[in-house]
Amino acid sequence: MIDFLNTPVGVLALTVAQALAILVPLLIGVAYMTWAERKIMAAMQLRKGPNVVGPFGLLQPFADAAKMLMKETIVPTGASRVLFIMAPMLTFVLAMIAWAVIPVNEGWAIADINVGVLYLFAISSLGVYGIIIAGWASNSKYAFLGALRSAAQMVSYEVSMGFVIVTVLLCVGSLNLTDIVLAQKGLWFFIPLFPMFIIFFISTLAETNRAPFDLPEGESELVAGFFVEYSAMTFALFFLGEYANMILMSSLTTILFLGGWLPPFDVAPLNWVPGPVWFILKICLCLFTFVWVRATFPRYRYDQLMRLGWKVFLPISLVWLVLTAAVLKIFGWLPA
Amino acid sequence: MIAGLAFYAFAAVLIASAVMVVTSRNPVHSVLFLILGFFNAAALFLIAGAEFLAMILVIVYVGAVAVLFLFVVMMLDIDFAQLRQGFQRYAPIGAVIGGILFLELVFVLGAWQSSGQSEGLRLNPTPADVQNTAAIGRVLYTEYVFLFQAAGLILLVAMIGAIVLTHRDRPRSRRQDIDAQVSRRTQLDMANVPVGASIGQLGILRPLPPEQPKPKAVAQDHGDHGHGGHH
Repeated sequence: MIDFLNTPVGVLALTVAQALAILVPLLIGVAYMTWAERKIMAAMQLRKGPNVVGPFGLLQPFADAAKMLMKETIVPTGASRVLFIMAPMLTFVLAMIAWAVIPVNEGWAIADINVGVLYLFAISSLGVYGIIIAGWASNSKYAFLGALRSAAQMVSYEVSMGFVIVTVLLCVGSLNLTDIVLAQKGLWFFIPLFPMFIIFFISTLAETNRAPFDLPEGESELVAGFFVEYSAMTFALFFLGEYANMILMSSLTTILFLGGWLPPFDVAPLNWVPGPVWFILKICLCLFTFVWVRATFPRYRYDQLMRLGWKVFLPISLVWLVLTAAVLKIFGWLPA
Repeated sequence: MIAGLAFYAFAAVLIASAVMVVTSRNPVHSVLFLILGFFNAAALFLIAGAEFLAMILVIVYVGAVAVLFLFVVMMLDIDFAQLRQGFQRYAPIGAVIGGILFLELVFVLGAWQSSGQSEGLRLNPTPADVQNTAAIGRVLYTEYVFLFQAAGLILLVAMIGAIVLTHRDRPRSRRQDIDAQVSRRTQLDMANVPVGASIGQLGILRPLPPEQPKPKAVAQDHGDHGHGGHH
């Protein structure tokens, strides 16, 4: 068995098995994220939400998926066919490949690479291409406006997100995700870096195009924004990609600020619970906040969105970065 | 062997996409091929063991610079027929300039020899326990910190210069004073409303709008028949 795993075929088989072990739970998680969002928002709006298909509407996501598969994929005349089909695939694939580096427990990452944070940051900054290409290839005014908005929005919020990540890296002294989690033993980073935690969370909302920053798809002014021309599976891929990105950003928040798989206190009943359970619980907490925000806040106006990104978050995160560096240096807390 | 094959695969795609950047008819396709080229260059960095450079290439060029490129190119209103019209006329000039650049590259490559110091360095690659992120940081921020900061300062000055040159103050544009809006508390009233009740049942009424000077009534001149009042 060990011999087989060392052959090239064995390595390939092992990698495929690992990828499936993380992608299958992820896709089920995405399916139930859509269900949970509808249920939570229904509860917040004094409705019942999906409750017909299966007990408590638990089979609703699968009914939706089956419906999507049955529909016809329509490619508009005048659309750039190859790019039009490629855009949703790109969105979906990018949302999946980022999971290669997420450590679910100590040593439980498919690829535990040195520059894990940079890899995640790079992949999340690529997400904008699926949207831009979709908007351009649709050859539709609404889709194009949505794409332009999203391009400007994602580039703006990436800057402050980058500074937040640098602040965390200063406290850790490593770009490795496992090291970042292990550095939070005893004190999770959201306590000393609380303002950065808030900025990071709001920036992830903007980065995933979620309410109140869902201007790229603002249905009241752009119909559906960049995916107005999409139907059936191509639409479903955008949808899956958006929710997978939400889960990804929640896991990134968990790793950077909420101590990853670590229990809140390293005491008897809490540290009996296995690490992945804590990890999933923290992701669920973040996701609940995503939905909570969506059910609570109205959509931002576009110029206010830009103001928040460039004139509020960027200066605050820059000052906090310098402050953190100074404090670490003065008290000699810089990691070796 | 796998690394070698991967190198040739990525290098081949890199060159092919570079050619496509120049030859594709649609500028948006050109930018997309450019992005593909960046990706393959990042992959080559990865094969060379420079994972930090690879990630930074993707983040900076693909994630930010190329987005802005694409942004601008998509908004250009280009007449493709017109774009290709002058090809015959400009081809010789282009060929001459290209030829000169190519010759310069050949000369540079011919005259290039590595210094004795770098020969020494080649024998001492970065030790295995130093990650290349730390190695680059040490070179840029410890050994050459003043040069590096000076370069950054020059870029900053250039950026400010560009802003100063292009900025126009538009006196007629109206600005929103967010602080004034947020600090305006006189009319807001927080009320704890039980679930399911409407604020009308609780006797909470919408606050009246602030007293404003009535717009001046337009003088009604009934003697004026110029508006076409006769029918």
